[in-house]
Amino acid sequence: MNSSMINERSATTTLRDNAEVAEALGRSYAAGFVTEIEMTGLPPGLDEETVRQISAIKREPAWMTEWRLEAYRHWLTMPKPDWAKLNIDPIDYQAISYYAAPKAGPKSLAEVDPALLETYEKLGIPLHERAALAGVAVDAVFDSVSVGTTFRKQLAEAGVLFCSMSEAIREYPDIVRKYLGSVVPTGDNFFAALNSAVFSDGSFVFIPKGVRCPMELSTYFRINAQNTGQFERTLIVAEEGAHVSYLEGCTAPKRDENQLHAAVVELVALEKAQIKYSTVQNWYPGDENGVGGIYNFVTKRGDCRGDDSKISWTQVETGSAITWKYPSVVLRGDRSVGEFYSVALTHHFQQADTGTKMIHLGKYTKSKIVSKGISAGRSSNSYRGLVKMEKGAEGARNYTQCDSLLIGKKCGAHTFPYMEVKNPTAIVEHEATTSKISDDQMFYCRSRGISEEDAVSMIVDGFCKQVFRELPMEFAVEAKKLLEVSLEGAVG
Amino acid sequence: MNMLKIENLHARVEGKEILKGLSLSVNAGEVHAIMGPNGAGKSTLGNVLSGRDGYEVTAGTVTYNGIDLLALEPEARAAAGVFLAFQYPVEIPGVNNTYFLRAAFNAQRKARGEKEFDSMQFLKLVREKLKVMQISDELLHRAVNEGFSGGEKKRNEIFQMAVLEPQLAILDETDSGLDIDALKHVADGVNALRSPERAFLMITHYQRLLDYVVPDFVHVLADGRIVESGDKSLALKLEEHGYAGLGEGVAA
Repeated sequence: MNSSMINERSATTTLRDNAEVAEALGRSYAAGFVTEIEMTGLPPGLDEETVRQISAIKREPAWMTEWRLEAYRHWLTMPKPDWAKLNIDPIDYQAISYYAAPKAGPKSLAEVDPALLETYEKLGIPLHERAALAGVAVDAVFDSVSVGTTFRKQLAEAGVLFCSMSEAIREYPDIVRKYLGSVVPTGDNFFAALNSAVFSDGSFVFIPKGVRCPMELSTYFRINAQNTGQFERTLIVAEEGAHVSYLEGCTAPKRDENQLHAAVVELVALEKAQIKYSTVQNWYPGDENGVGGIYNFVTKRGDCRGDDSKISWTQVETGSAITWKYPSVVLRGDRSVGEFYSVALTHHFQQADTGTKMIHLGKYTKSKIVSKGISAGRSSNSYRGLVKMEKGAEGARNYTQCDSLLIGKKCGAHTFPYMEVKNPTAIVEHEATTSKISDDQMFYCRSRGISEEDAVSMIVDGFCKQVFRELPMEFAVEAKKLLEVSLEGAVG
Repeated sequence: MNMLKIENLHARVEGKEILKGLSLSVNAGEVHAIMGPNGAGKSTLGNVLSGRDGYEVTAGTVTYNGIDLLALEPEARAAAGVFLAFQYPVEIPGVNNTYFLRAAFNAQRKARGEKEFDSMQFLKLVREKLKVMQISDELLHRAVNEGFSGGEKKRNEIFQMAVLEPQLAILDETDSGLDIDALKHVADGVNALRSPERAFLMITHYQRLLDYVVPDFVHVLADGRIVESGDKSLALKLEEHGYAGLGEGVAA
């Protein structure tokens, strides 16, 4: 017997009576500076010629150019997406420039333009290996190109390939060709198709059979140029028994126009492999009136292709005017495990529609979802998640927990859990809570001598603890600080 | 000079007058019990003194160590040495109890221009206080009041008081909801903190706490005013005759 259940629930809650917490938010965005550097790029506009040019600039083989063109042609036939719970002005795809890069092309790390090194220094990501974070290898992507990757030699000794996607296409075409688009097909969705046609750079990670990656890998994405979209493409492959932990960070200058960031990330875990993918997303969120900010439309998907494999997504989302992403796991291998831990914070006029999809195909597969949404100002924060138990998902299990925290009187929190269960032995559990920072909590803290602002950060930090625990240590500290900065002025 | 001098205090909650001309003086080293029937304004007094929002003072003054207490924000009152033990201690999920207490401790020290404690110094202090309070350190590792029993919450309040070392401690019905063993533990904690420099204002509905923490003065609060003051024997008299008789003689 098959049972099928679709459940949609929307809990919209607004706060009216929290006298301690004012809605006025004065956010300071420390990463909002612009780097003055000579750039080269393509003029705004998109047609087949644009796609060919991007491919040519990157000196790609013919198969890659064809792959892009196919995606482009498919994209033309696709309807613009339905905006879920988001308010968004139509995007003019002809007004965007699809390629921008510092004029002095990519060189070895030692020859990188000092202005770029300074940029990353200011962002707290030193690219000099001697100054770099201990035990973390970094690939730095500036607008459309990778400007450098640290610790490549040490990684290569362990057999780990870590480089920009452009290089990977030239140097490891067999691996790229085998896996690229195998998790997120070119025609998967509107933005995935667009990305497949025009993607410029991103990171490539390959961990061969049986290797545990000796250090944390990370990519730092920076949008700098004006009127430019960033279309990064990341591919991580962990062969049988391989382990890797990867983190990405994102920032952009303050600008009045919205900028588009449409990325595709594909993860492949073969038998007994484990991939842990963490994101600290701090794109420019727009100002307190909702002007400017990044549109963050991202397709992230992991494929637990082998038995007993595991893919874990952890995300801390504080930036972007609009965030639209659902890092997902396809649980194909028997006993494979998918996890999703998320903190999404929205302020002012920010909108976030984020969540995950767990597609259970294999037997005894397990997934766990922990989502923490924090809304302040006039922002809107939605969790949207799908748990699908297919016919073959014998004995599969899912546990979902969605908690929302409201700060101020004019924000909204929504939860849309979808469940489809086609195997009667599968078990799906869902728990959801909505709470606010109460006057009682605020007064309790203040009566002990703690200021309002510190009280809010403390309460929010406590709320997020379950997710922060999943981040690599260095980044948990960074994430906590980021939330504190993001909450500056959250009380008045 | 009195440590605390309340004169003709009038206060409103949601437009309704609750305190109607309350006067009270407290000196360092003294323990005062405030007793009275439900709705007399006992908890309102505690909340007004510690600066909770929603309590509007319409007349009267409160002077604490020579300064106007009502002009201070709640956190400034805390730094000045005023502590309120809550009737219903608040849960803060995910925030470690020790972390919370250290944040409070250091915020107060910082406000007073004193050097903050690092985690080692603070841990040492906490260990000492635990010993005095006879509290198991298991409480320290949990989130603030989360999943605590009623008794644990009240003991945690007293423990916070021991660490923060206030000059003026206001205990708002700290005895309510406690069984006799828990009550004794809490009373032992309070007694251990009695000192010539410290004053206590114990707000309570029942006299049984006063069997364990013997007050210097007992005041009866009825209809927003102190209607009778005396020593410990007044509490026993109340126990016998109830509040009804007392209130009537003085009211209106």
